[in-house]
Amino acid sequence: MRRTVFPHKLLPWLLLAPQLAITLIFFYWPAAQAFRQSVLKEDPFGLSSAFVGLANFRKVLSDPAYLNAVQVTVVFSLLVAFSALAIALFLAVQAEKIIRGKGFYRTMMIWPYAVAPAIAGMLWLFMFNPSFGTLAWPLRQIGINWNPLLDGDDAMILVVAAATWKQISYNFLFFVAGLQAIPKSLLEAAAIDGASRRHAFWTIVFPLLTPTTFFLLVVNTVYALFDTFGIIHAVTGGGPGKSTETLVYKVYNDGFVNLIMGDSAAQSVILMVIVIALTAFQFRFIERRVHYG
Amino acid sequence: MIAKSLWALGLVAVPFAAHAQTEISWWHAMTGANAEVVEKIAGDFNASQGDYVLKPVFKGTYPEALNAGIAAFRAGQAPDIIQVFDVGTGVMMGAEGAIKPVAELLTENGATFDKSQYLPGIVAYYSNPAGEMLSFPYNSSSPILYYNKDIFQKAGLDVDNPPKTWDEVWTAARQIKSSGAATCGYTSTWLTWIHTENFAAWNNISWGTNENGLSGNPELKLDSETYVKHFQALADLAKEGVFVYGGRTSEAKQNFTSGECGILTESSGGLGDIVKAGINYGIGQLPYDATAPGAPQNTIPGGASLWVMGGKSDETYKGVAAFFNYLSQTDVQQYLHEQSGYLPVTMAAYEASKASGFYEQNPAREVPITQMMGKPPTENSKGVRAPNLPQIRDILNEEFEKMLAGQQDAATAMKAAVERGNAAIRDAAGG
Repeated sequence: MRRTVFPHKLLPWLLLAPQLAITLIFFYWPAAQAFRQSVLKEDPFGLSSAFVGLANFRKVLSDPAYLNAVQVTVVFSLLVAFSALAIALFLAVQAEKIIRGKGFYRTMMIWPYAVAPAIAGMLWLFMFNPSFGTLAWPLRQIGINWNPLLDGDDAMILVVAAATWKQISYNFLFFVAGLQAIPKSLLEAAAIDGASRRHAFWTIVFPLLTPTTFFLLVVNTVYALFDTFGIIHAVTGGGPGKSTETLVYKVYNDGFVNLIMGDSAAQSVILMVIVIALTAFQFRFIERRVHYG
Repeated sequence: MIAKSLWALGLVAVPFAAHAQTEISWWHAMTGANAEVVEKIAGDFNASQGDYVLKPVFKGTYPEALNAGIAAFRAGQAPDIIQVFDVGTGVMMGAEGAIKPVAELLTENGATFDKSQYLPGIVAYYSNPAGEMLSFPYNSSSPILYYNKDIFQKAGLDVDNPPKTWDEVWTAARQIKSSGAATCGYTSTWLTWIHTENFAAWNNISWGTNENGLSGNPELKLDSETYVKHFQALADLAKEGVFVYGGRTSEAKQNFTSGECGILTESSGGLGDIVKAGINYGIGQLPYDATAPGAPQNTIPGGASLWVMGGKSDETYKGVAAFFNYLSQTDVQQYLHEQSGYLPVTMAAYEASKASGFYEQNPAREVPITQMMGKPPTENSKGVRAPNLPQIRDILNEEFEKMLAGQQDAATAMKAAVERGNAAIRDAAGG
């Protein structure tokens, strides 16, 4: 391969400058502010401010409500990431089999991605409202006591379903592309050797899809951790009790509703550390098993 | 239309007086019909004089508007006037350097401020322990009882006499369910505001020490016998399916407007949506606990008030004072009251509405006023305040939800709520 070498020292920096500026202003500066705020105890208006060291972190980490949020987040993220990947893969494989109207099916499958999280949340909220929800009514009729307003498990199912539904389209798109990249000759060879479709899928298609799956795993985990705020805000507001209060929702609630700036900042710093650790872990250990063909 | 043409008038006025006009910003959280009232009042004020231009800016929901105001203050860009909802009152009062007390502003600018002209319940709520009014009450409401007359008829209940006490509500609600008139007997919006804060005032029992937090940080008293008995009754009704829980804020209104529930307790400000739903409704006073001595006492206001931010120029304050003066005028208050459904702030406006026969045509509109003015407020009924009231409400809601789901009884729920709430108040006060 031929290496391109730039003769100027300044040019690469100049080309990088816009991206660097954006990163500095929109990522590092707010992050630094969060760090600063996390070691201070301040009133909402910032009229009085005192350095308290790590007291905010100690308080947050010993708060049972915070540990509850950790648990809720783990359950929620695992359910969303797994369901969104599994369902999207299934649909992508099924869509591949279709001969006529492939494009139409694909387009329809991608649509939900264009729906804003809060809107998606509202749609699910209305469909499953225990009193007037179009889909809650049949559930009641068949004897299921469906009440996400008071039952924590029902509420969790509802937000997981809404968050998953929203992400399936995105995953579907990537899986379809991934499937198209798999050489047909491999599958034909397997068929000639007498492999069943299921066998061919697990031994050829699935391993060859791992780069896509891995990429989506990272994206979906980040999605479940952060981008689902709008859905939770619209559907349950963290309730009932604290059964759907994720870490991100708690940061918002403590900081912007309850106006406890120090606690909220400490939580967002912890969240930052978790995400860095998680991403590093995924790339370090899972990527090794990824087959890049 | 009117607002638009007045705005046009304002534009016409600009070239003549541009050099002398001072701009006053007003951040608010009003939507729909109430937002039109804001625009109209601002337009009329601007047309009434040439020295100041009042500019209302919509800033989202109540919490969003408060957050925007706080963020702007921290950035040195605070608005002149900001509308803050009732539960944010404690936060604003705690921010002494950030605000300008309204009573002080008015007297400094030559306006005579006579407390007795204002509705006592409302003024008491927005005053500091020394009795100085800190913010200007803009929109106030009070919880009342709504009932569906068709459902009452079907259930064999008295259509013209809604239940007056909580025991009567429970009985009527059970009858609605058992007679098959509706699947749900009773529901309520805002359990914290109606069933703890107003429950305390209306039944003259303590919500917390230090006059419910008005004269110092409170220690919650919500685990006393009257509350426990009341919430156990609610929990039992929830178990029987007679009481249906709608959510933490005003969601339950839909359970009533959809015809699912026969009785609803909700803010008087929610009347508009109930009228729009087109159901055959009736209105009654907020029910009280018949075993509480002295009940019914008086209810306390919800809604929002206008806060003036500190550190502005004298000229700006003069303009704000002129606006508040304008806002206190009887015809403006009367317009605000009759258009928006919120309570009038001055006695004169109330009398004027009464004299015009407004309440004969709309008897429901007087219920929240008579409720609030019933008796001179006691230490239990001036309102509730805590440096972190939104957080206290969150804690209460969480415990109520666990109780209504059958995970704990009322005594356990109230005890946990008080312990967690008191810890949170101590923590907030320590900072």
